[in-house]
This record gives sequence, structure tokens and C-alpha cells, in this order.
Amino acid sequence: MGEVLRHALAIAGKDLRLEFRSRTAFLSALVFTALVLAIFQFARDPTAVSAVDLAPGILWITFCFAGLLGLNRAFALERENRALDGLLLSPASRTALYLGKVLANLVFVGLVEAIALPLFAIFFNVPVLGVLGPLVAVIALATIGFVAVGTLMSSISVSTRFAELMLPVLMLPFLMPPITAAVQMTARIFAGRPFSETIGWLKLLVAYDVAFLVVCILVFEHTIEE
Amino acid sequence: MAPPARHPVLAVRDLARSFGPVRALRGVDFTLDAGEVLAIFGPNGAGKTTLLRILAGLLRPERGEVLLGGQSAVRSAASQRRRVGLISHATFLYDGLTASENLEFYGRLYGVRDPRARALAALEAVALAERAATFAGTMSRGMLQRLAIARALLHEPDIVLLDEPFTGLDQAAAAALRRQLVRLREERRTVVLVTHNLDEGLELATHTAIQVAGRFVECAPKDGNAADYRRRYAEATAAHG
Amino acid sequence: MTAIETAELALRRSRALMVAALALLAAVYVRALAFTPVEATQGPAQKIFYVHVPSAWVAFLAFGVVGVCSVLYLIFKEPRLDRIAAASAEVGVVFTTGVLLTGPIWAKPIWGAWWTWDARLSSTLFLWFLYFAYLVLRTAVREQGQRARYSAVLGILGALLVPFIHLSVKMFRTLHPQPVVMNPEGPTLPGSMLATLLFSLAVMTLLYTGLVWHRYAQAERDEARADSAADDAR
Repeated sequence: MGEVLRHALAIAGKDLRLEFRSRTAFLSALVFTALVLAIFQFARDPTAVSAVDLAPGILWITFCFAGLLGLNRAFALERENRALDGLLLSPASRTALYLGKVLANLVFVGLVEAIALPLFAIFFNVPVLGVLGPLVAVIALATIGFVAVGTLMSSISVSTRFAELMLPVLMLPFLMPPITAAVQMTARIFAGRPFSETIGWLKLLVAYDVAFLVVCILVFEHTIEE
Repeated sequence: MAPPARHPVLAVRDLARSFGPVRALRGVDFTLDAGEVLAIFGPNGAGKTTLLRILAGLLRPERGEVLLGGQSAVRSAASQRRRVGLISHATFLYDGLTASENLEFYGRLYGVRDPRARALAALEAVALAERAATFAGTMSRGMLQRLAIARALLHEPDIVLLDEPFTGLDQAAAAALRRQLVRLREERRTVVLVTHNLDEGLELATHTAIQVAGRFVECAPKDGNAADYRRRYAEATAAHG
Repeated sequence: MTAIETAELALRRSRALMVAALALLAAVYVRALAFTPVEATQGPAQKIFYVHVPSAWVAFLAFGVVGVCSVLYLIFKEPRLDRIAAASAEVGVVFTTGVLLTGPIWAKPIWGAWWTWDARLSSTLFLWFLYFAYLVLRTAVREQGQRARYSAVLGILGALLVPFIHLSVKMFRTLHPQPVVMNPEGPTLPGSMLATLLFSLAVMTLLYTGLVWHRYAQAERDEARADSAADDAR
């Protein structure tokens, strides 16, 4: 168990070092996120609906886009020089490989979200600071589910034709439950509703995260070994 | 009293593997001990790469067994992978990492003590010590090959597999590789070398095999000179190709 | 018998089953239109329910089959399981499309809108997206073994997803109470309506079985033909 974690951390560390050295993917994801947020501002009728009503949806759709951009890199980076073979040759277990990629993706997507959130608060004048704790918890939970499934899907999509198009097609049905839960919980958090109203969604989100993490770990080896 | 039976370093029994309708390997057997070098010659499509990938643990066989020191490498795959090193025409290196970072990373995966020190020592062994901080993406083919060798040998594997390692190497790099292989033999490691190049292979080998259409047509201690082999190779490929 | 002959026998048999099922389906229509009472509040338009609901049931059943075959495939690596899963997915997407088309045809006269985000229809919509992902993935992977593996992984994850989608949709809808509408699946369904529904359900399942068998037999025959062509070439 300890070895799995050690290997996963080594792999995640390697991924993050490569990622932040080149910075292209990260900066692109950031700029893209800012762009999406900006476009949303003009993609609505300001007289018809208040920003606060639409805000949770806007926030989560933005996170989705950013996340999808980030997920593709994880296994694309192993294609150069067939580095994936190097990883498979090593004593690192397939679970360690999966967890390492998930960790790296969590950091990547998490950082984009961390920068997008204040931007969102500023653009849409949403008071985020007062509810920061619960909000961050919801973001973390939904992101875990999203990244767990997305990492697995990207290991499949990376070796198909039209990989960049395949990933969203594969991913989007799987995003429905966590995004629905996240938006509902976010809306209630912004509206200052009592916690009891969100318990159902919280349970759904946690159940989703656990179920999919476990199943993804179990099936991952079939996506990379012949 | 006879000494207790020692398991051979590498034993392969009836290895078979298909990809859909294509039967890449149809039953391969051989045994190798420490210090022995098996050179496998064969035309394209003979299944040589498939054989190496199974030996390296990258592929699972459909039938048969690979025994490393008497223990199955197919069933206890992860721990057995530690005993094997693979050098292929792909380098398995990250362009965005420096030479030493690449080696340190692999060192960590293989659980070597003090990965940084081992990485530097490995770089010295392949005369790349001054390039420790150079990014792999900027290195020449010859340097990359040396770095790949350092990577493959970092964890001091008992068994070293080489898949057409001389491809695309210039004279100097090829000579360096040859010296490296001789050193492996002297260090009593077990080597399986797949190559097109009859001359290179024969020079280093203690045993030879000719593989055609997924099977070994012959497999024996080295016997004869290059001309003999060229003849036998031509016959084998004509008969089974 | 050679593999090709076995496959062609299966093709003939499954074709017979399909024809029988289609004939029975016609009987279902006749029964539904002529011999089942017209529902009081919704009128004749409600009759589409006898096609719509069983199709939905089969649509979900088909993905269940995909899920089970996917798990079995990863354990046994038997290519036939992959072919069954693929056949079930192809038939399943057709049934799902049927549900999504008959839903609006019913909704328009009753509710005045082409689409309503009611729980079943929403779940079925996401099922359709799941099928689409599965089938598109299969076309995007050339090598057989890889295609089977990837499809199996997606099939398993997809089957796990379906209950979560149901739950999400349900929880979402309890927030938005719908206008009180005659619910065709009310607690009491008069005897003859229930009988028609069950009859239709049985026939739809039979039709599904026939179609999947037929599609599977086609795949087996194509595979057998490809094998013998490869053998001849050798």
C-alpha cells in the first residue's frame, strides 16, 4: 500500500514538473476559463434574470470546460518516446499509475479552479468569501468525481482517432450527476440555505465519488495493458 | 551428492500470443543462464518484438510460461519486472526532463536506494555525466541511446532485453553500444538481443536463434561464422516465410 | 458444420424470430388500438404508451446486457461476449431513439409541448448519450482486442452510471413540482390496459432478443468469413 502511494506520488510529481515547466497547457486552461466566464456575461439578458440565479450554472459549466481541457494532457504526455511503456515496464502497479495521474490532474484542475473562482466572484459580483468553506468543499468533491472518471476516460481516448473530440463525448454523460449535485449545492450555499437542504445532494456526490473511484481503479489496467 | 538444482536465470516454455486473427507467437521455448547472450534473428513480422514485450512484462501471453529464476513472471508480474531491463528503439524518456531527472524518476519507480546518487553514477558509466542537466529533448540520437541504456540498467537487472538497439546509430554510438553489451556479458548478466544485423549479433552472442512466423526455427549455442548463418537464415526464411 | 454455416443457420433462425416478433407487434397494435379501452382524460393519444413504455424498458435492459457482457468479457476475454455487447448496444440505441421519438409524439397533444423534462424521458436521453459514446468509441478503435477492452470498460462504467442518473433526475424533479397530469402509470391500471401493456412488454423483449441474435449472428458470420479468407490467403 505504501509502495503504491510512493509510486503514485513519484508519477504525479513527474507530471507536475513537466507541466509547470512548459506552462503552456496551464496558461491556456486559465485564459480559456477567463474567456468562458467573460462570454457568459454577454450570453445572457441582464434585465431578465439576475446574475445570482444563473451563477452556479455558469460557474460549473466553466469548471467543466477547464477540466476537459486539462484532462487530455495526462496520457498524451506519455506518448512521446513511448514513455508509457517505460512506466509499464517498471514495478509500479497499474493502480499507482492511475492514482498518480489522478493526483496530477487534481492539482492541475484544482489550480485552475482556484484562480477561476475569484475571477467568477469579481465578474458576476457574487459574494463568495462568506461561504468559502462549504463552497470549496463542494468544489473539491465534485472535482474528485470528475477527475477520477476523466482520467480513466483519457487513458482510453488518447489512443483513438480524434482523441480531443472523443474525450468530451465519453465524459459528458458521466458529468451529469456530479455537476447537477454541485450546482444544486452551490445555489443553496449562495442563497444561504440551511445545510439540511443539501444533504441529499451531498450523499449523492460522495456516493458517486466513492463508487467511481473504486470501479475506475479496478478497470484501469484494462485500458493500458494488452 | 549432487548440488541442489539451480533454476536457470530465464526459462521460456511454449509461449504463445495472438492479436485477433494474427498469431504472433506460436510456441517458443528456450533457457538461458547467467552470462549467456541469445541473439535472435528473423524477418519483420516474425514476432520477435512480441516475444521481447512478453519477457519484459509489457504483454501477457495467452499460453505458456516465463520463469525468472524459477519463479513465474506472468503471475507475479510487478515484482519480477524489477529483474528485467528493456532497451528498445523508443527511449521511454521525457523530453521535458533533464538526463538526471529522467534517471532519478525511474530510480524512484524501481525503488533504488538514493536515486540521485545512482542516477549520477549511471550517467558517468555511459559518459554523460557532464550532460546531467541537459534536457532529453535537446540530445542527439547517440546521447539518447546512451541515456536509454543508463535508464535500462539503472536498477541492475539480471536480464537485459534489447530490441534492434543498433537502429539509427552512427559508428561511434554503435561502438559504444557494443562495448556496453560486452560489459554486460562480463558482468554475467543474461542478455536477449533481437537484431537484423547478423554481424553485430554474432559478435556478441553465445547462443543464437532464428525466428520465423512466431516460432524458433533453430535455437542453439553459436556455431559457425557469419556466412554459415547467412545461408541458414536465407533457408529458414525461404522455407517458412 | 463450418463456422460460416453455423453463423448462417443462426441468421436464418434469428430472422424467423424477428419476423414472428414483428407479427406479434402488429397484434399488439391491433389490440391496443381496437381492443383496449380509450383512456378517459387523454384520449387516443395515450395509446402510444403501449409502445413507448415497453421500448423504454427494453432500452435499459439492453444496456444492462452490455454491462454484464462487459464484466464477463474482462474476466474471460471471450470475443463472443464482446460481439453480444456490441449487438445489444446497436439494438438498444434503436429502442432508445424510439422512446425519445414517441415521447414527444405523445407529449404534444397531452401537454402542449414537444419535450418535457420528465424523469423517465430525461434518464432515457442520457441513456441515448451513453449508447452514442459506446458506439462512437467502437468506431474509433481499429484493433479488435483493444476495441473490445475499451468498450467493456465503458460498458461497465456506463452501467454504473445509469442508477446515478436516475437518482439525480429524480432529486432534481422533486424541486420542480410538475402540474398535476394524468399519469398513465397510475396506481390502478384497468385490467385490459395492464394486459395490453404486459403483452407489449413481452413482444418488445422478444423483438429485442431476435434483433440482438440476428446482429450477433451477422457479426459471427463476418468474422468467420474473414478468418477463412485469411486462411485461404496463407
